[in-house]
Amino acid sequence: MNLITGTVCMKGICGTLNKKEETEMELLSLSAVELSAAIREGKASAPEAMEAVLAQIDRTEEIYHCYVTIDRDGAMARARQAQCRIEAGELTGPLAGVPMAVKDNLCTEGMLTTCSSKILENFVPTYTAQAVRNLENAGAVLIGKTNMDEFAMGSTTETSCFGPTRNPRNPGYVPGGSSGGSAAAVAAGECFFALGSDTGGSIRQPAGYCGVVGMKPTYGTVSRYGLVAYGSSLDQIGPLTGNVSDCAAVLEAISSHDPKDSTSVERQDTDFTSALTADIAGMRIGIPKDYLREGLDQEVKAAVLRAAEALRERGAVVEEFDLGLVEYAIPAYYTIAAAEASSNLERFDGIKYGYRAPGDMGLHSMYKKTRSQGFGPEVKRRIMLGSFVLSSGYYDAYYLKALKVKAMIKKAFDQAFAGYDLILGPVAPTTAPRLGESLGDPIKMYLGDIYTISVNLAGLPGICVPCGRDRDGLPIGLQLIGDCFQEKKILRAAYTYEQAQYAECKE
Amino acid sequence: MANQITEETIEYVSILAKLELSGEEKEQARKDMGNMLEYIDRLGELDTTDVEPLSHVFPLRNVFREDVVTNGDGSRETLQNAPEEKDDMFVVPRTFD
Repeated sequence: MNLITGTVCMKGICGTLNKKEETEMELLSLSAVELSAAIREGKASAPEAMEAVLAQIDRTEEIYHCYVTIDRDGAMARARQAQCRIEAGELTGPLAGVPMAVKDNLCTEGMLTTCSSKILENFVPTYTAQAVRNLENAGAVLIGKTNMDEFAMGSTTETSCFGPTRNPRNPGYVPGGSSGGSAAAVAAGECFFALGSDTGGSIRQPAGYCGVVGMKPTYGTVSRYGLVAYGSSLDQIGPLTGNVSDCAAVLEAISSHDPKDSTSVERQDTDFTSALTADIAGMRIGIPKDYLREGLDQEVKAAVLRAAEALRERGAVVEEFDLGLVEYAIPAYYTIAAAEASSNLERFDGIKYGYRAPGDMGLHSMYKKTRSQGFGPEVKRRIMLGSFVLSSGYYDAYYLKALKVKAMIKKAFDQAFAGYDLILGPVAPTTAPRLGESLGDPIKMYLGDIYTISVNLAGLPGICVPCGRDRDGLPIGLQLIGDCFQEKKILRAAYTYEQAQYAECKE
Repeated sequence: MANQITEETIEYVSILAKLELSGEEKEQARKDMGNMLEYIDRLGELDTTDVEPLSHVFPLRNVFREDVVTNGDGSRETLQNAPEEKDDMFVVPRTFD
């Protein structure tokens, strides 16, 4: 292990490293899978890895604000426990002993889970989300909970009631959202991997803005038990990681059929790490023409087309095609997501948990005051819109219409996947915007989701991998979309592309 | 349809949404919702006459299980999250006068 890389040598401390710091830096330069291998081989330990991550948090968290909760003592105790189980031969998997971060809309027993909202500022769940439980069973060690847009509603992590997260690639810019804290924590080395949730691009877009890998699995692959619901028919939990191999390992660990989630799908093909081969000969990849048209930044377009060319050089057949209906995905999505949100967020009423408005008043006044004081502006905006499109007299014209358009979008993808193994495009029209630029114009912000949201409407899997930087040094994200249950094709293509980039770097 | 968003509409929707908006918030909500619905109205350009609405991507079926407690009694921990509790019960404001 002597792989000190430029990215972890921050704040000019490289010149004066003592022995302990040197070891920490070496550990931080490893991927999640590499770290676990080193721990299982006895070259490092889980507590050492956790100490290294906590030291990194001490150095950079003040600037980036990736976390809502950092459970230092608990994290060290869990790391020591994991070490014992590794030494006893109980934990042998590829994530054993690895420090992880979890988005703050995934319930963690005994640990604050706020959704970055005032209305849940004091909520301590009595159970742990199944996806997190699966990772704990695999030996991963929880550090804490990451910042997010309030209730996952936003594209910048600026709607958090705890203040924004900053992009580790340049702190003047947003990390994207809504899983911005998770993406930033991975990019800043403040964890070895993280979990996020993706309702309309909330894993893939921040991965793109922060230059890390993020994947939304096929709907139903990961149990939503313990995920605070936003748009239940669209929500899916997925990994944010430093590379594609880590992404496959985390996805493999979190995928499971769960009787506690009635939309959970029984799959036999979740051995995703078996797809990590650099072989895409003959793979058919389509680029929707509408994904390259107006609104797309020229530097982003050039980087995405270079990535397509790299895949072609490795044997894929890449061509442009007409997907259709692209411009209708955003209005359909925001209708459906707002409708489901207004219904899901009815439960926050100040009775059983969370914030309750102070003062002596009747029940209905308490409900209204609690919700009005507890929710931020973006959440209120979507609850209002959702209540309207579901209301008597408007249901057919708006909500039902959107569900019909959703059916048409799904059909367009079915037709596309009859001809192609994968769809390739940008993850977002631009690189990360500056802090403070986005919230003033909601529709403009929603337009930034154009390449990601149709994937959620159709229940498809999609990945974002870094594919270059713009002239300001901000990362550009490449998106690969597969048909339902075709995560392995996506991972194989993403892995092939990543290997091609490594080879290019060495040259 | 978007231009139908009146003050009364906002009043009615805020009752449905159980939100109490200030005068300023109401005006902002009227503007925001109008803009958004105007944008959503473009779905009207698509002919959806014979299209079945799709609520879930995969066909949903009922998932049954035996009615057996598997997670133990969490009432103590659950009550610890209560804004107010008394004698192992949630305290709520008066519900009628």
